Amino acid sequence: MSLSIEQVMRVAGLARIELADDEAEATRAKLNSILQLIEQLQAVDTRGIEPMSHPQDVAQRLRDDVATECDARDAFQAIAPRTENGLYLVPKVIE
Amino acid sequence: MINASLTELRAALDTRKISSAELATLFLDRIERLQPALNAFITVDRERALDAARAADARIAAGTAGPLTGIPLAHKDVFCTQGLLTSCGSKMLSNFVSPYDAHVVSLLKAAGTVMLGKTNMDEFAMGSSNENSHYGPVRNPWDTGRIPGGSSGGSAAAVAARMVPMATGTDTGGSVRQPAALTGITGIKPTYGTVSRYGMVAYASSFDQAGAFGASAADCALLLGAMTGFDPRDSTSLERPAADYTQALQSGASATTPLAGLRIGVPEEFFADGLDDDVRTAVEAALAEYRKLGAQTVAVSLPNARLAIPAYYVLAPAEASSNLSRFDGVRYGHRADSYSDLDDLYRKSRSEGFGAEVQRRILIGTYVLSHGYYDAYYLQAQKLRRLIAEDFRRAFTQCDVIAGPTSPSTAWAIGAKSDDPVRMYLSDIYTIAVNLAGLPGLSHPCGFGNGHLPVGLQLIGDYFDEARLLATAHGYQQATDWHLRRPALAD
Repeated sequence: MSLSIEQVMRVAGLARIELADDEAEATRAKLNSILQLIEQLQAVDTRGIEPMSHPQDVAQRLRDDVATECDARDAFQAIAPRTENGLYLVPKVIE
Repeated sequence: MINASLTELRAALDTRKISSAELATLFLDRIERLQPALNAFITVDRERALDAARAADARIAAGTAGPLTGIPLAHKDVFCTQGLLTSCGSKMLSNFVSPYDAHVVSLLKAAGTVMLGKTNMDEFAMGSSNENSHYGPVRNPWDTGRIPGGSSGGSAAAVAARMVPMATGTDTGGSVRQPAALTGITGIKPTYGTVSRYGMVAYASSFDQAGAFGASAADCALLLGAMTGFDPRDSTSLERPAADYTQALQSGASATTPLAGLRIGVPEEFFADGLDDDVRTAVEAALAEYRKLGAQTVAVSLPNARLAIPAYYVLAPAEASSNLSRFDGVRYGHRADSYSDLDDLYRKSRSEGFGAEVQRRILIGTYVLSHGYYDAYYLQAQKLRRLIAEDFRRAFTQCDVIAGPTSPSTAWAIGAKSDDPVRMYLSDIYTIAVNLAGLPGLSHPCGFGNGHLPVGLQLIGDYFDEARLLATAHGYQQATDWHLRRPALAD
């Protein structure tokens, strides 16, 4: 598997990463060397093997549906790039 | 005092030979002196440290001190510290003053430890050399032209240079064990789920696990024990009580053969092509020493271990691409100065805030999770993960611990691999399988290779066998003095 420039740009778009045109080729070459490493997996016969997502195969713990955190909005918004009246500010999204 | 063990520091504090404030000052002055050469720290907070030290002195005077009260430490900058910069080695978080403490930070604060500062690291813990930091590379105290390993390179270098007697780290693919090996100190990563991940900036959540650095296994046992215990705020925290690893160090066996009865598994795959001769020689000598101490070595096989790196570089970037989507320039962290619309704000903030290696892993992760590729990559890698875990399970029916090299080489020159990501990834060949299986692993110094550079031996344990790993390394360290060697820089 080898990515084209167009595929690299598409993946970058999905990841919300801006790639300058003059970086795209170098990025493509490095990504392809990593994908070549990953390709080794395809040679292994894994029929009948269950995928493993957690070392202990434990289930997600449930808790009672009650509030456990107190309001810390001021503390969290103090480190935000831009806020106003308790709201996070972003560029206009609805015309 | 600079070279004292934690037990010696405890005795000095309890007998009032030194106060915690004096001890903190001693190490803070040493940090100030060595920082320009090593760049091991991102933040040093003298004022906060001295406040904590004076509080510790009050506890000692009141007779309410615990084993770590008054002892200085440093946290890897991946742990959130309330009111203090938590950068994770990234420009993205170079303005992030955390509004809360990580669970590990709270526990060690409550234990009365004195935090001197936050250590340098590969950006978002992605790297094996500590060259991927927004704050510049960390240098190896044994040779400042070389890397200290990564991603917890700052913590390892700080302990190796005795800028601090103990430090925290995190290990997703070897990031505690490999820098411990390359800087000649001891480091341990426990079983996945032993230490809470709450407040630890996430990289690959199904692998991320906090660990401890110290000069010896005995020092690591004290620090790691204080970090353990169930935390409901981490959904993968295991419901087990806090551990006391120090009891396991009081061996009941004979003094000449303290490790009698211990079966050490030696995987042939860890001694195949790709292992440097000087590392092989030191590790084989250490295995001979283990036999002298009464242990028996048995050959074991981990046939799927060679696939650990490809499997890891599917799963970890996939998890990273999801975890790092939270950095959007809206709620905290870096935000670009100018942008045309919301999408442009995301793209510019992320491209400016993330370094090259982080961007690469996000792109790989996005690709392997994208439509049409999920089964071929992600699911296949998860199946490999099970095969690798099964290899270990079979090996542990034949042995109690597994031993081999931690890293295939000693510390390399700064810049030698920084332009070749795949070569860099291959340097974690012996550590990554342990993370895939979620097992505990430890690295302890076992000699020197060419150029008088430290070599580390890795011990891998079965699930929840941290105490045995620490006791095994402690047995070795009682009979040898590699862990007492110090770099010339630090003398």
